[in-house]
Amino acid sequence: MQRFINNPDDLVDETVAGFVKAHRDLVHLDPANPRVVVSNAAPQPGRVGIVTGGGSGHEPAFIGYAGRNMVDAVAVGELFSSPTAKSFADAIRAADGGAGVAVLYGNYAGDNMNVKMAARMVAKDGIEVATVVANDDVCSAPAAERAKRRGVAGEIFMWKIGGAKAAQGAPLSEVQAAAQKAIDACRSVGVGLGPCTLPGVGHPNFQIEPGTMEVGIGHHGEPGTRVEALKTASEVADDMLRIVMEDHALPPGSEVAVLVSGLGATPVNELYVLYDRIEAGLTAKGMTVHKALVGNYFTSLEMVGATLTVMALDGELKALLDLETASPAL
Amino acid sequence: MTAIQTANQASIVEELAEVIVANKAYLSEIDGKIGDGDHGINMAKGFGRAAERIHGKEMTLDAALLVLSDVLMSEIGGSMGPLYGLMFEDMAGALAGRDTLDAAAFSAMLNAGLEGVRGVGSAEVGDKTLMDTLVPAVGAFDAAQDQGFAAALQAMVAAAEAGRDSTLDLVARIGRASRLGERSRGVLDAGATSCCLILTTLAGSIQRRMA
Repeated sequence: MQRFINNPDDLVDETVAGFVKAHRDLVHLDPANPRVVVSNAAPQPGRVGIVTGGGSGHEPAFIGYAGRNMVDAVAVGELFSSPTAKSFADAIRAADGGAGVAVLYGNYAGDNMNVKMAARMVAKDGIEVATVVANDDVCSAPAAERAKRRGVAGEIFMWKIGGAKAAQGAPLSEVQAAAQKAIDACRSVGVGLGPCTLPGVGHPNFQIEPGTMEVGIGHHGEPGTRVEALKTASEVADDMLRIVMEDHALPPGSEVAVLVSGLGATPVNELYVLYDRIEAGLTAKGMTVHKALVGNYFTSLEMVGATLTVMALDGELKALLDLETASPAL
Repeated sequence: MTAIQTANQASIVEELAEVIVANKAYLSEIDGKIGDGDHGINMAKGFGRAAERIHGKEMTLDAALLVLSDVLMSEIGGSMGPLYGLMFEDMAGALAGRDTLDAAAFSAMLNAGLEGVRGVGSAEVGDKTLMDTLVPAVGAFDAAQDQGFAAALQAMVAAAEAGRDSTLDLVARIGRASRLGERSRGVLDAGATSCCLILTTLAGSIQRRMA
């Protein structure tokens, strides 16, 4: 393993330290908690605050989405591990402008518990909290058990829509509804070609045999739901699009936003190779791509692979998606 | 002896930390097979930090457990932070004000810890989680209480180990491994394993002090 690391125990703190220095025009560290990154635009008096959080190792997620008209405060966890309830609570306090706070996060056991405990902590401060739990990862559970699905890259669209709605001055219930609508409109799938290694562990936490790929892989190296022989980029792109669209059932003529994110170690040019085929597939189905994001938006350390997220758009989501924003990652 | 004093027992929590830290690589390895491989790292970090903070201090067992709970909940996070954090907080709560730890006090402590976990988690026995260790262990201790503290601790250890081993053949129904379905079978659950380490180490520490 060749990595730029000092002591693995210090990795998260050093990541956050470098991040807030590099992006000091947009974000700063919460003076009360070094595991909370706050947008320089937050809190905004009278506006709903937006909070998210999650384990580290997904950079630029989650910290990269703190910014103007996006997320107000981000709770930072250990590598691949939920932030503490205290960090979520401090993020909520930092984001609170007096109109309540929407916590928009992914469906993981630790995050669910810590957000629940954090909401209880800030209730004592009189802060109203609403939550939306992202569950866009199609392969993590069947459609009938959608509440069990993991949240993955669709969270970025959820934050964008929630942040834009809050920026327009909407009350907490409407911000929550818009973020829920956004994630309900998202479907995602991941394909892994190579595993990742937590520096403290020192070896990959699962194997992907050469010549194979894992379809439905999770953002933390959770093994995929099936292993197949590695195919060409076009065949993989077609598979990913089919998995997402079979779950989505969108009528022809729909407008969509598309996100193709690398998982950390896949060259960015290959993401464009995938996107070329994916957009062609969407066009063939009579869909129009209103907005495309291609790059390393939500990674998993040095995993080789990519995720595809397709969000169905209507007039409201389109307008919110297009609202200008400024954050380190978007 | 059938009881120990609760005063000046920070070393019990230090012994607990020592075992968790020693099993850091093992816990991460089994977690890595069906989870993300960080269980040992985060557990060792939390227990190790708590041990540093209580080292050499004159503390009651419940005060030392509260330090451990606080580190897990406010510095470690993940899912084990709140689960074990609340377990130790409620265990400490059941001991507060008691000068001696006897079978009745230990039962109160175990049951409070179990309720603490239930308060934040939703797992039941059979879901391939720490509950597969904790629930039968608490039941076995209570059932054997009338045979004396030492015998009840033995019964608890046996039930904890059997509970841990039962997760080998279970399919995960909750947590990160649950998304794997059948592929989670054949691997011990990391939480059930760490819970077994906690209970057996606690039992050993108490038994040595009673001897």
